[in-house]
Amino acid sequence: MNLWQNFIRPKNLSEAMDAFARAARPLVPIAGGTDLMLDLEQGRHEPVQTLLDVTSIAEMTLLEVRGNELFIGAAVPVNRISLDPLIATHAQALAEAAALIAGPQVRNVATLGGNVAHALPAADGTIALTALNAEAEIAGITGTHRIPFQELFLGPGKSSLKHGEELLVGFHLPLTNNHQASCFKRIMRPQGVALPIINCAVWLERENDKVNQIRIAVGPGASTPWRAAEAEKFLAGKSMNDETINAALEILLAQIGFRSSARRASADYRRHIVDGLFRDVIQSAWERAVLTLKL
Amino acid sequence: MKNKISLTVNNIQYSLDPIPGETLADLLRNRLRLTGTKIGCGEAECGACTVLVDGEPIMSCIYPAERADGKNITTIEGLAQRVHEVMKLHPLQEAFVEHGAVQCGFCIPGQIMTAYALLKRNPNPNSDEIRFALKDTLCRCAGYPTIENAIIAAAESLRTGEPVKLPNIPDSIHTHNVVGHTHLRPDAIEKVTGDAIYTDDLVFDGMLYAKARRAMVPHAILKKLDITKAKALKGVVAVLTADDIPGEHNHGLVIFDWPTMIGIGERVRYVGDALAIVAAESQQIAEQASALIEAEFDLQPVITNPVQARQAGQPQLHPNGNLLKHIKVRKGDMDKGFAEADVILEHTFHTPITDHAFLEPECSIAVPVKPDRSSGDLSGFRLEIYVGSQIPYQDKTQVARVMGWDESRVRVVGQLMGGGFGGKEDVMGQIHSAMLANVTGRPVKLLFDRHESLLVHPKRHATQIRVKIGAKKNGRIVACESELYGDTGAYASLGEKVMTRATTHSAGPYDIKHVRADCYAMYTNNPPAGAFRGFGVTQSAFAVESMMDMLAEKLNIEPVELRRMNALHVGSITNTGQELKESVGLTECIDRVEGEMLKVSGLSKVELFKPRVTLDTPHLVRSWGFAAAYKNTGLGGGAPDISGADVELYEDGTFQVRSSSAEMGQGLVSVMRMIVAEEMSVAPDKVRVLVMDTDLTPNGGPTTASRQTYVTGNASRYAAKTLRDEITGSMAEKYDVKPEQIKFKDGIVHVNGTSLTYADVYKEMKGMGKNPCVRYEYEAPKTQPLGTGGDMHFAFSFGVQAAEVEVNTQTGEVRVLKVIAANDVGMAVNPLGLRGQVEGGVMMGLGNALTEEFIMDNGYVVTDHLARYRVPGIMLTPEITAIIVEHPTAEGPYGAKGVGEICSIPTTPAITNAIYNAVGVRIDKTPVDQEMIAREIWEREGK
Ligand SMILES: Cc1cc2nc3c(=O)[nH]c(=O)nc-3n(C[C@H](O)[C@H](O)[C@H](O)COP(=O)(O)OP(=O)(O)OC[C@H]3O[C@@H](n4cnc5c(N)ncnc54)[C@H](O)[C@@H]3O)c2cc1C
Ligand code: FES
Ligand code: FES
Repeated sequence: MNLWQNFIRPKNLSEAMDAFARAARPLVPIAGGTDLMLDLEQGRHEPVQTLLDVTSIAEMTLLEVRGNELFIGAAVPVNRISLDPLIATHAQALAEAAALIAGPQVRNVATLGGNVAHALPAADGTIALTALNAEAEIAGITGTHRIPFQELFLGPGKSSLKHGEELLVGFHLPLTNNHQASCFKRIMRPQGVALPIINCAVWLERENDKVNQIRIAVGPGASTPWRAAEAEKFLAGKSMNDETINAALEILLAQIGFRSSARRASADYRRHIVDGLFRDVIQSAWERAVLTLKL
Repeated sequence: MKNKISLTVNNIQYSLDPIPGETLADLLRNRLRLTGTKIGCGEAECGACTVLVDGEPIMSCIYPAERADGKNITTIEGLAQRVHEVMKLHPLQEAFVEHGAVQCGFCIPGQIMTAYALLKRNPNPNSDEIRFALKDTLCRCAGYPTIENAIIAAAESLRTGEPVKLPNIPDSIHTHNVVGHTHLRPDAIEKVTGDAIYTDDLVFDGMLYAKARRAMVPHAILKKLDITKAKALKGVVAVLTADDIPGEHNHGLVIFDWPTMIGIGERVRYVGDALAIVAAESQQIAEQASALIEAEFDLQPVITNPVQARQAGQPQLHPNGNLLKHIKVRKGDMDKGFAEADVILEHTFHTPITDHAFLEPECSIAVPVKPDRSSGDLSGFRLEIYVGSQIPYQDKTQVARVMGWDESRVRVVGQLMGGGFGGKEDVMGQIHSAMLANVTGRPVKLLFDRHESLLVHPKRHATQIRVKIGAKKNGRIVACESELYGDTGAYASLGEKVMTRATTHSAGPYDIKHVRADCYAMYTNNPPAGAFRGFGVTQSAFAVESMMDMLAEKLNIEPVELRRMNALHVGSITNTGQELKESVGLTECIDRVEGEMLKVSGLSKVELFKPRVTLDTPHLVRSWGFAAAYKNTGLGGGAPDISGADVELYEDGTFQVRSSSAEMGQGLVSVMRMIVAEEMSVAPDKVRVLVMDTDLTPNGGPTTASRQTYVTGNASRYAAKTLRDEITGSMAEKYDVKPEQIKFKDGIVHVNGTSLTYADVYKEMKGMGKNPCVRYEYEAPKTQPLGTGGDMHFAFSFGVQAAEVEVNTQTGEVRVLKVIAANDVGMAVNPLGLRGQVEGGVMMGLGNALTEEFIMDNGYVVTDHLARYRVPGIMLTPEITAIIVEHPTAEGPYGAKGVGEICSIPTTPAITNAIYNAVGVRIDKTPVDQEMIAREIWEREGK
């Protein structure tokens, strides 16, 4: 069996929606293919009739400021995200996450949309977007709509997108203002099955030595991309010092649902190392926010 | 919608019909025949398939061909430029050649393309930028430091327009005219241009594609096999089962215990056992057909490890049971030894199965060749087998045996090999492709994908090793006892030999009076285990060198001092009763590594092995670790170690040297060429090398046991010497002068005032009715079997390494910062090739320590893709300092002995000892588990 029969390259969203209505099924969108091609080649995904290439869709490869939002097309390769000055200004965490994904050959084709649509609870781009309070734009035959980022996820590997009927068009992020900054880091385990065992993104707004607002994402903290909501609440308005961070960590640990994954990391180990990782990330974001502080 | 793919490849435009399911790599390789783009994994893990799309590097193996529509593609074939009919290499290509970054060459197109894209964007990259760019472009020969230097040199040349700067590599201290000086590989240029042909790059008219149906269950009796659906599939030409095997059913390297296919009622012993083989018009059809073959099994309990295999009441996997061999080493009197000891330590270590992960997956093509009836040959066809094999003559024997043929009907035509490391010694597809070619009368290609490669070919033995060591207070070791279990998997392969080496080397390179070792090489239901660089010594060195550090701590003696005090030296008796009479450079290796360590670190002897932190990063702890090892050169143990070589003078005054020995990237072809050039007093480029063809080259024996520089080096040398003597004799006769008056210099034969070129010599000799061609069969000094107390090996290489690591006490993460490696190789025939071997050896040792584990689950393979097997990349590469120690061995060519393995052996214990010195966690199981390190630290600190 051929892995696919037809490869179609719609130029814009309306052509894509046309294809949804007409093209032979099963139909699956393909972006970089760095997950999908492997799934097809290794038999984890049934062969399909139609691959719909989203990287040719003009609206989905845009990366631009729109009003007071940053729009990142779902089909923008992560390499571009890691290098783009707009991302560096408004979404440092995302730039850092994107730079860590694979090597340049994969980054040149892998997209942020694919990273998100794969719906893993600890995909690097996904965790960064979780902390950045993104909204996802979705296109279907009936039109486009926006949903809060976390509503995209139903479970590990399961997105709320209607298969073969909807496309993830892109992400809308609030622009970073003064005294706001973000940061992303992860810890790997090089043996055996190499995957990040834990990653963390923090966005915060700072006022002198006080945290105004903060968003914390940790992967894999649950079966879907997870935010430390209680710890965020606790930190808001507090002075930044060891004591508050310790307390926030305790709250985070009480809330988080780390699990043991065979050959990667035990829950214990994750609970242990999240400590240093969290401090590290929050510290970096904190220091960055001072740099954007207008005095 | 458009229904053509229009693309530009290396400035040529093409318009092609789309083929459903085609990747860009397939399009380039199959349709445009641009085979410089390699397939190492097909899963975006290795980077061998890197090409540029509109200037950006991508993995073409997962890039749908249709997406290339309208794009501009650059492949490795597009870099060199034709200037006035001559190909001018791109500076990157030139630098890779000149710096010796090319070994097996399989990864090189990917490395160069990735680097090319980097330099376009960043003409002056620093080391970090190069590493970041080459992060996922793997080289298993692992000359990463050299690759980095080559890129820096090329970048400079591109910026300045000056020629590529050459590397600075010291010559051997025993140089001759040619040998001992740096020399470029004869095959380097074709490997940087993409012109080098590996087996899968070949196509033959009417060629079929083969695929084996694997059992995919670890232990069972095959009840039923239904091939009807497969046979009925359109495009399938033949489906064969065990019933179709014409000759002997089993193959093997030493013991014929490995079934070519499993028959009904027979035992499946591992997931990779073949049940049936298919030949079809395309790869895809062959794969589809093999999936249609239905098998029914009577599943049996699985033996997952060698300790279980030896217990009572376990299923017996082979007619003689589960014990392949009980190997014994006996020296002195253990009771006496331990009674003399002031301190006795005992500990048990474990090592996992590991995979060679050579970048080129196995491929063989069997081509039927019609007999020449005019010569009166009325037999059936001959088969030519194109394959990258470490032992071509063994392939020939094994194929003929299963075909039930006379060996003369099989010719193995060796191809360039994209790495072997011991993993291409057993036959893989050779017999299957031969059987299919025989019944179809058509050429048949059998290519493994990475998945099948991981599943099927023999691995490194998993081991359990218990060491008990006794020493006096002053540090002298008086007794060492070890017990080893080796997991040889489903079939013997070279298991007995490998575990013998593990056992005889299990007390380390030390002079110890009382030694006893017992090894149980056991069959299990895991993939077979066989040869893998280090040949068992990798495992036992990890155990004993860890023990040495434990002992040093207990005795409160410097680890370096403890080793120096006990080191083997000239006059020592090895554990197998061999007196070492010469060429024992161990102490010099120890001294020089210690000296270098002190120099680069600026620390005192005591500080070296203590933990060090800086104030602002108290959780990052550094320390050094130290380890020593030795490794035999050659087969040893009484096996006749023979290699043949031909040296022939041609009409144009050039020479050819021929031997069937394998070139798998290690650089043997350079060595042979240099030796013949040396002996004939010509420039190396006047010597061509032909290897691995059983019709055209004499038997060089197996390429294993670090033996080829020694044995085939000597065979080439003596063949050349003999030819030189024949030329001398002939010219003396012809010109009526004394032989002493004939001199060879700079490519000219001086006969008492007359200067003859070699072309003249050729003419003269032909005129005298003489054929200027010599075959020499070299036999290495005789060795004795284990247990007889005689000389078990004719030479040993010695190696010492120190590693500096940094351990993160919060996460347990380990980084290796520096490795210093000294190897006593007798004599450095080609210092450039040697450096590549050392860098690659260290990286393989580092992988063995930190990243590599072939994971099994109750007989099923978890590591069934490259994504699940971590081969160390450039990001993990430490600073590697190579120190060459040259204690010549009298019989070796110019004093040389083996290097291929010793440079890889001490790395693992040097790293694990360094981890202990940094954070006090003793690693007794590889690969290092950072979670275990972190856990021990937090439990110790009561967190
Ligand atoms: C060698 C290697 C290393 C990797 N390392 C990392 C890593 O470090 N961190 C990490 O997070 N990931 C990593 N990945 C995973 C992967 O590359 C990323 O998740 C990538 O971003 C996926 O994007 P893609 O464009 O290739 O997706 P694709 O493979 O094209 O698509 C993935 C899935 O999403 C769907 N899809 C894609 N785009 C859309 C869309 N716009 N609308 C609706 N559905 C869509 C597809 O149908 C498919 O089901 C790695 C992969 C490889 C091969
Ligand atoms: S990455 Fe394409 S072949 Fe390995
Ligand atoms: S030269 Fe890189 S894999 Fe052999």
